[in-house]
Amino acid sequence: MDALQLWISTALTLCILSFLWKDNPLYKLAEHLFVGISAGYYIALAWQETIRPNLVEEVARGNWIRLGAAILGVLMFTRFVPKISWLSRWPLAFVVGMYAGINVIAFASGDLILQLQSTMVDVVHGGWTAVSNLILVIGLATSLIYFYFSKEQKGALGVVSRIGIFFLMISFGASFGYTVMSRMSLAIGRTRELMVSPATTGILLLAVAVFLFVWGRRQRSTGEGA
Amino acid sequence: MTARRSWRERLEFIDRRWLFLILAFAIVLPLVVDLPLPLYVSPMVQDLYDAIEDLPDGSTVLISADYDPSGKPELEPFHLALIHQLAEKKIKMVMYSLWPAATPITEAVLAEAGLTTDYGYRKDVDYVLLGYKEGQQIAMRSIQKSLKGTFPVNRDGTPSNEIPLLQHYDTYTDFAMLINVSAGSPGVKEYVQNVQSITGVPMVAACTAVSGPDYVPYYKAGQLLGLAAGMKGAAEYEKLVGRPGLAMAGMSAQSASHMLLIAFIVFGNVMYFLARRSGGAR
Repeated sequence: MDALQLWISTALTLCILSFLWKDNPLYKLAEHLFVGISAGYYIALAWQETIRPNLVEEVARGNWIRLGAAILGVLMFTRFVPKISWLSRWPLAFVVGMYAGINVIAFASGDLILQLQSTMVDVVHGGWTAVSNLILVIGLATSLIYFYFSKEQKGALGVVSRIGIFFLMISFGASFGYTVMSRMSLAIGRTRELMVSPATTGILLLAVAVFLFVWGRRQRSTGEGA
Repeated sequence: MTARRSWRERLEFIDRRWLFLILAFAIVLPLVVDLPLPLYVSPMVQDLYDAIEDLPDGSTVLISADYDPSGKPELEPFHLALIHQLAEKKIKMVMYSLWPAATPITEAVLAEAGLTTDYGYRKDVDYVLLGYKEGQQIAMRSIQKSLKGTFPVNRDGTPSNEIPLLQHYDTYTDFAMLINVSAGSPGVKEYVQNVQSITGVPMVAACTAVSGPDYVPYYKAGQLLGLAAGMKGAAEYEKLVGRPGLAMAGMSAQSASHMLLIAFIVFGNVMYFLARRSGGAR
């Protein structure tokens, strides 16, 4: 069974990677398999982990109030019936209102107040720490000023705003660097999986290469790839 | 007959597939050939390790593993090293997930760490696996009211009220620490906003590199006691725990690929400025 899993995962990885060469039927096959299996998996998961324990079993225990949630859920599907599609706004209003309420409190307590507190730092004492703190305060102030749109950013405001852009650019660069690191980690992870059995990978790589070659030639001869 | 292109034009319009091929070599070669590169430990990861190390032996922590197979290369090495560090300190663990695909991964990590076989942990006595719970932030808030109410049964179907380890633990503040291994949302941000900032429970986290910059301010503000971002964070943590694993093994490939990308960026910019100087910039 492990060997079969290895062959399947290696083949699918190579099919997906074949997109780097060009869009081709092997890539499409793997892509469609992924979409279909994911959809099936999440439907099964929704039943197994959400609907059955939270609705079916609870109602069976006599917790009838859960039927209210079920009815709201069903109302979402009224979007498909134009005459009564307005009913779908009720569950949406419920979800939007609830999440807005939760997130306002969460953001205020977790981000706004505590993050503001952490910028109130000593910029005079402490040697290099003070220098670092000063950069933090300047970066925060100038970046905020960049997003101040009630006055034309000219003169002194324009200069400060430009300094803010530099800080923002550095932060975007750091984010991009981390993103590259993340993507490389994924590539390393898949490469490691491919190296579990070099023989399997070699055979399948050859098969994919032969397929791409034959398919490419056929495309050129029929003029489809033009 | 077309005019012969200059070397600069040929480089400017190089087929990107050559770059993919070079990048593939930069990743594969360090994995095949042993290429030891120095690895220093950043303060964020050191603080994470120290925070766990400072926990009293035998205390109990809550672990929320929130990632799926796509996050495995970055987070599984950390997760594995975490189980080793906790097990060596005989710390009891209550584990659950707010991501549906994470529970099977957690089970595999526990088996690989040898939690029951090597460390002698007993299920439901020294560790509990509660499984997955839908609801994201709602589930987080619900756990603050009652862990046993949120998870009426564990992964095997045993009622939570009958689990020995859970007899004295029911909310975040009952635990010595909250540890989040997260690949996105719901994850570190939601835990900090909905749980840590409200309850004050000590919290550490590991995240994917792409989320790292978003969470560093939480570490700087003291909301997170420590943070390990991406494969590099995991490699540093493996080094501290003394269990070199997949993250440390992958760091050479990571470094080589980064050097190559830096070279590509410099090269692209040089070509751009050369083209601009000759009046061909687009």
